Amino acid sequence: MHIAEGFLPAGHALGWTLAAAPFVAHGARAVVKEVRENPEATLLLGAAGAFTFVLSAIKLPSVTGSSSHPTGTGPGAILFRPPVMALLGTVVLLFQALLLAHGGLTTLGANAFAFAVVGPWAGYGAYRLTRAAGAGLLPAVFTGVALADLATYVTTSLQLALAFPDASTGLAGALAKFLGVFAVTQIPLAIGEGLLGVLLFRVLTVNARPELERLGVLQPAAVPATTGGAA
Amino acid sequence: MTRRALVTTLLVVVVVALFAIPLLVDGGVSEYGGTDAAVTEELEADGYTPWFDSVFAPAGEVESGLFALQAALGAGVLGYVLGRLRGRRGATAPDAVAETDRR
Repeated sequence: MHIAEGFLPAGHALGWTLAAAPFVAHGARAVVKEVRENPEATLLLGAAGAFTFVLSAIKLPSVTGSSSHPTGTGPGAILFRPPVMALLGTVVLLFQALLLAHGGLTTLGANAFAFAVVGPWAGYGAYRLTRAAGAGLLPAVFTGVALADLATYVTTSLQLALAFPDASTGLAGALAKFLGVFAVTQIPLAIGEGLLGVLLFRVLTVNARPELERLGVLQPAAVPATTGGAA
Repeated sequence: MTRRALVTTLLVVVVVALFAIPLLVDGGVSEYGGTDAAVTEELEADGYTPWFDSVFAPAGEVESGLFALQAALGAGVLGYVLGRLRGRRGATAPDAVAETDRR
């Protein structure tokens, strides 16, 4: 999902930077507030940041014969709500733009909008909807984490289609073309990432139950037992 | 093997299989180029020239090392946090740990 350095026309680069900036600034405030008001949450916040750090570094092969990387922004969005991930995700992108020549500074705004804003919000929304529909924690985590991944790549495709509409088929044709590159490859990766999210939450429900209850992810229960669903 | 351990093992096996099976079935035909690079190549073929270059672009082996460093930092912090959380649970209620692990 990294749009490479210099690959968005200047107007688009500026537009996406302006669009992403308020989310990232709001996210920075959300992180400071979380750490100040709930110092005991700092450990889990570190885990959420670490999860996206490690997953976005790993390129995985897909059925399409190309490779791509997961995003890892879902668990943090589910635990701490999406604004926190707007900052953490942008930090990851900045690391990759500066040290790895992956993504770029001119495309940081667009990439942050896809990776750190739309992905976490889509994942969080899917998680909340799944839970509201009566599903247990783990099926909802799977849905949320997988959709955070997929939505990021759909957004990147849309951003590229807006910047480079097809000469004959226009925006829709370009979108289909970029989705063909990104989205299909991403489907197995999103499923794998969803399963990794389930593994993470299985560990957290046992070892970080007080935090999950305080964050509203789990209902306080008299018996510290199973979490239902896919477990 | 407990039910909990069995589910965990199955989940790990499915994740590995999800990426290993396409590789095995493919049998070395595909190049597994990155999707990010595929798009930039396509745009350049259409005549687009990037107007800004990366401030720092590591050469091949250095780049893979830095990617490994990013993964190592993430995995290290994640392992530290999960280890501390588990250790905390063991320290406060040693019986609870044994009980959940046995289940």
